[in-house]
Amino acid sequence: MLPSEFAALEPFSEWILESERDRYSKRLASSMEEMQSFYDAAFPLLEQASDHLDKFPLSELPEQERNLLLLMFSLVNVSFPVEVWKQARVPDSGAAYMDLVVEPKV
Amino acid sequence: MPHFTKPEAGSWTENYPELGTSPVNYEDSIDPAYYEAEKEAIFKRTWLNVGRVEQVPKVGSYFTKELAVADTSLVIVRGKDKEIRAFHNVCRHRGNKLVWNDYPGEEVKGTCRQFTCKYHAWRYSLDGDLTFVQQEKEFFDLDKADYGLKLVRCEVWEGFIFVNLDPEAQPLKEYLGEFAKGLEGYPFHEMTEVFTYKAEIGSNWKLFIDAFAEFYHAPVLHMKQAVKDEADKLFNVGYEALHYEIHSPHSMISSWGGMSPPKDLTIVKPIERALRSGLFGPWEAPDIEGLDNLPTGLNPGRHRAWGNDSFEFFPNMTLLIWKPGWYLTYHYWPTAVDRHLFEANLYFVPAKTARERLKQELAAVTFKEYALQDGNTLEATQTMLKSRVVTEFPLCDQELLLRHLHKTVADYVKEHTDAAQ
Repeated sequence: MLPSEFAALEPFSEWILESERDRYSKRLASSMEEMQSFYDAAFPLLEQASDHLDKFPLSELPEQERNLLLLMFSLVNVSFPVEVWKQARVPDSGAAYMDLVVEPKV
Repeated sequence: MPHFTKPEAGSWTENYPELGTSPVNYEDSIDPAYYEAEKEAIFKRTWLNVGRVEQVPKVGSYFTKELAVADTSLVIVRGKDKEIRAFHNVCRHRGNKLVWNDYPGEEVKGTCRQFTCKYHAWRYSLDGDLTFVQQEKEFFDLDKADYGLKLVRCEVWEGFIFVNLDPEAQPLKEYLGEFAKGLEGYPFHEMTEVFTYKAEIGSNWKLFIDAFAEFYHAPVLHMKQAVKDEADKLFNVGYEALHYEIHSPHSMISSWGGMSPPKDLTIVKPIERALRSGLFGPWEAPDIEGLDNLPTGLNPGRHRAWGNDSFEFFPNMTLLIWKPGWYLTYHYWPTAVDRHLFEANLYFVPAKTARERLKQELAAVTFKEYALQDGNTLEATQTMLKSRVVTEFPLCDQELLLRHLHKTVADYVKEHTDAAQ
């Protein structure tokens, strides 16, 4: 599903998700251990992934590259629980929600 | 000791003596009768921003806007002559909502050649003319020219579409005044990549404006957003704005921008260091015209540390422009005295590369993490205001815009009530 250089991330392909709503839902449904192992695998490859993806025009990403970008979007989403919150939910957010109803297409 | 110079009057608040400095009563956020008065005095009489021109790019493009606070629904459409018009979203035959899909209460958008009512197939042109009546001969002396869609005042400033339900209202630009004039020429039209967040919030609409019109709360409520040492430092320093300005009914706050980029990279989260982006947006400005020579209305205090300006366009639009070259808007659409729909739009220059897109993703995701904390706090505030255990609340100098908002609302309500008597 991913470019061959990023085969190490194949076990985390369930984080290849189309929308922020999907990514955030998966974050809420995941344990800290699951997010930590995804983060530990993906974060060190963020720079390399950006370099790789930047060889392609954003509007014409091949499928594997597009998957890689979606996976990196998920990395961004789990970075909060992993780096600061130590929990999936935003602290002090209770029942509040924010629905992302429009996001740029990739 | 203040870090930034205050006006000669001694404080930002005393610079506007009409506002006073006494504690503020928040009955205006819990009294159902007051809410009804606001609907009449404010939302049916002032200019309301309902979107941007990019939402109606071509002839026949339209979107609907539910205005519970003004007891109506509007359809905004680009006509054959390319003009953007707004109509009440109601069929002239029997009052059915004209434009909607499965659920009458949900906003819709699309493109069409004409509007056709679901009920009896009456049709209207994009300019609002009634063009077809099913079994027209069954009617009695019906002149189609008398039954066009009800037009609403609609004017555009810098690509922002505003409507006003009051046919007698002053022109939009005159209403928006000095602040709008000072922003003209900003490259809003280049920033067409949009992230739109929506939420229903269990508080009065003004309370969310209060939350975003001061940053005094930021080092406290959002403390856990920063790494610990930085959070402690921010808490100890507190918050001070660079500059405040009021051109009633509108107001603005100008802030520093120390996080984009931060002087010390160790104070930000690893993901921010890696992507060079965060709450303040991508640290590097996009490569477009118009960001080198900013309009004179930005950074009115002319501070070197400037990071963003947040304008409160009365009654319910916040326009926040960030130094690195992006902006966002907030809208607070009341649905009841203790409820409103919150809408936030983040606008960026379209990303050309995946790296640019990832920076924007981080800014957008970060915005949500903060806004969730803000939104949730408001429900707690609303319930306790409603208890009326405490009725007077002291506001500090960094809460000047709140003081101004509540006074402006009161002035509008009083003027309207007086005129009706």
